[in-house]
Amino acid sequence: MITKAPKVGRRSFIIGSAAVGAGLALGLKIPFGTSVVRAQDGSPEINAWIVIRPDDTVVVRIARSEMGQGTLTGLAQMAAEELECDWSKVTTEYPTPGQSVARKRVWGNFSTGGSRGIRESNEYVRKGGATARVMLVQAAADTWKVPASECSAANSVITHKPSGRTTTYGKVAEAAAKLTPPAEVALKDPKEWKLIGKSVKRLDTIGKVTGAQVYGADLKLPGMLNAAIKDCPVFGGKVKSFEADKVKSMPGVRHVVQVGDSAVAVVADTWWQAKTALDALPIAWDEGPNKQVSSATIAEMLKAGLDADQAFVRTQVGDVKSAIAGAAKKVEAVYAYPFQNHAPMEPMNATAKYTADKCEVWVPTQNGEAAFAATLAASGLPAEKCEVYKIHLGGGFGRRGAFHDYVTQAVLIAKQVPGTPVKLLWTREEDMTHGRYHPVMQAKLTGGLDASGNLVGLHLRLSGQSILAAVFPQNLQDGRDNATFQGLDPSGDFTLGYTVPNLLIDHAMRNTHVPPGFWRGVNINQNAIFLECFLDELAKASGQDALEFRRKLMSKHPKHLAVLNAVADRAGWGKPAPQGVYRGLAQMMAFGSYVAACAEISVSGDKVKVRRIVCATDPGYAVNPAQIERQIAGSFVYGLSALFMEECTVKDGRIEQTNFHNYDSMRIAQMPKVESIIMPSGGFWGGVGEPTICVAAPAVMNAYFAATGKRIRTFPLKNHGIQMV
Amino acid sequence: MARLTINGKSSEVNVDPNTPLLWAIREQVGLTGTKYGCGMALCGACTVHLDGRAVRSCVTTVSAAVGKQITTIEGLAANGALHKVQKAWVDNEVPQCGYCQAGMIMAVAALLKDKPKPTDADIDASITNICRCGTFQQVREAIHAAAKA
Repeated sequence: MITKAPKVGRRSFIIGSAAVGAGLALGLKIPFGTSVVRAQDGSPEINAWIVIRPDDTVVVRIARSEMGQGTLTGLAQMAAEELECDWSKVTTEYPTPGQSVARKRVWGNFSTGGSRGIRESNEYVRKGGATARVMLVQAAADTWKVPASECSAANSVITHKPSGRTTTYGKVAEAAAKLTPPAEVALKDPKEWKLIGKSVKRLDTIGKVTGAQVYGADLKLPGMLNAAIKDCPVFGGKVKSFEADKVKSMPGVRHVVQVGDSAVAVVADTWWQAKTALDALPIAWDEGPNKQVSSATIAEMLKAGLDADQAFVRTQVGDVKSAIAGAAKKVEAVYAYPFQNHAPMEPMNATAKYTADKCEVWVPTQNGEAAFAATLAASGLPAEKCEVYKIHLGGGFGRRGAFHDYVTQAVLIAKQVPGTPVKLLWTREEDMTHGRYHPVMQAKLTGGLDASGNLVGLHLRLSGQSILAAVFPQNLQDGRDNATFQGLDPSGDFTLGYTVPNLLIDHAMRNTHVPPGFWRGVNINQNAIFLECFLDELAKASGQDALEFRRKLMSKHPKHLAVLNAVADRAGWGKPAPQGVYRGLAQMMAFGSYVAACAEISVSGDKVKVRRIVCATDPGYAVNPAQIERQIAGSFVYGLSALFMEECTVKDGRIEQTNFHNYDSMRIAQMPKVESIIMPSGGFWGGVGEPTICVAAPAVMNAYFAATGKRIRTFPLKNHGIQMV
Repeated sequence: MARLTINGKSSEVNVDPNTPLLWAIREQVGLTGTKYGCGMALCGACTVHLDGRAVRSCVTTVSAAVGKQITTIEGLAANGALHKVQKAWVDNEVPQCGYCQAGMIMAVAALLKDKPKPTDADIDASITNICRCGTFQQVREAIHAAAKA
């Protein structure tokens, strides 16, 4: 895809710096007549992915968004591996979505979710580096009038072996940029990798320890005003009226505006003034048809789905009904998983500037193109009159990917203050009550064991909310939401790791008015709890060890089994645990990677201490092991916070939790020791940011059962008086 | 109007004295390293030092900060050299998204001032900042590394 598009020429375009807040002086006119595409500082593009400056600095363009997961560094490693450049001279920048559209999506997909940054773009990013290397070598060879085959490149230096002559990438970049890119380039065999697989330091650390890193909430533009917003507390409700006159004379207040049908914003000189006035603003809401809905009514609706005749079937093998009916022992359990908010540390925000000729948006987003689409829709302007500048995210976790409600709001506000940039920042309370929530789900699992304790039939019935039905209905397949079954699939990136002779997995879709979203790990969070806790229930019912019981079902799933065995070995499964310590296991495949965990906990009354979790992952290739370790440990914080503490309840149609006092999150005192086993087996590209999150909770719950003999099936654990210490 | 001393520099801020110090620092003085996370002293992203003590600036009023030495993340490095906590953070690659880290670093710097060699129990008791990326394992390692530095 990169072989033709870069030589667009005869156009002017702009490149946003990765540190967008630092300058914001964007734009460079390309002199008419040249064919070399140039970056903001005038340095030549070798191709869309690689810019080389005269001082040998290598700028790698990154289309995906950095939100802490390390993709900026990982993707740069991929490009640099093939480029054969000096890693110490590598820096990165974000191309803008507007440029991407203008250049026929030369940078591919911007979406940064589903753990897909590296697993989906590794090939074309590596080709970007390889293509540039070939062109740089060719340019040097042309200068020396020797065949390129006599030249080699390493560490940003090109050498003509027969004569010993050398030059650097920076010196030949201008000439290389004028060459026609090769139609095909060969990528290295993984055995030759020098940089991929190495725990090089992240490229983006220093600004995060000095306060220099600019997040969306920190953006400053000349003449900028600040906005605070309240959307109708009941989803689907509208603004009835508001009394702007009551707050118009408050300090700093410039405008009080309605935003769409459902929200009101105050625009002021400072955000604190805007927020203070908004708190004082009388607003009457038309709460609409959903104001009677509560968690109890939703739970009833889901419960009915557990035994409904109609359901979307994902997997049907053999005859489950007969197998279970004829089984020596039948085991049945019902589980439930709540709504949860993403709660990234940086609340939702976006800055917009609108005129009739241009709409610009600055936003921390997981998907620049989706933010661009929201900008177009809200502004009513065509693509060539819109631009989006991505800013570093203060956490994403899925909230900032498919949804750009805050971008829509910011543009709708800016349209009412044309020519003035307006920064919209949500309060934590707005963020908590207007999320895109982890879907609510119940599950009924029915298993049949024969006289020897073999699992002969399993029915897993899901009942609950579909994310796709609400967000991407075009991706439903005959009405069925395949994403609901993540981790339970017959094949692909979310393959079930067990072979059961009679198996039925189906979903009674029960949607609510609460908007669902993709929440780190998405549907593997609850599916792993349902499946892996129930597997332990079956093992117990059959009098077998949880590991041995699983192993018997996993002979056709060697990669699943390998990670499970790895954690069992490292944790000492089958050997006595220290006094008062209990163990639990779980495994899953998700986002292309195989993951397993063994948790060690101790229990004292209502207090649970998660002491240690051994985790294994096989992501195919491990680009930066140190960052993978950090993603594993971090995913456990997110997953265990959810397990123990996090639930969004619905009352009178609205979310009840408003801030971290009633939607809590783990602190350092509660952090278990996490030991990571990274065991890439090669030949495929799995994700890293999300997969491991799902094994923490069931491993801990299985350990809790081992410790107490109690099986808890509804979450979070705080509802059972259980405290994480 | 109030006069604040931030990172050794005096600044006049034109705000209601009940304005949270956080917003005076961010919007009046223009130092945005100190973050807004909750506004209720729950998450610690807004942690700054007041006369060397860690406080949550989202619930500290401007009037309470007048006459005191305020230190923000931007003022932690002295004479261009990173503070030992910042250095340990870089060496241990603690930050992920980084949004909470300024507050975390300020809380840790205050802890090390009180207890130069904190135990794990000391860390558990005094570092109560929220990090949604979940950097705690690296935070603990970096605290011990900074204590040895």
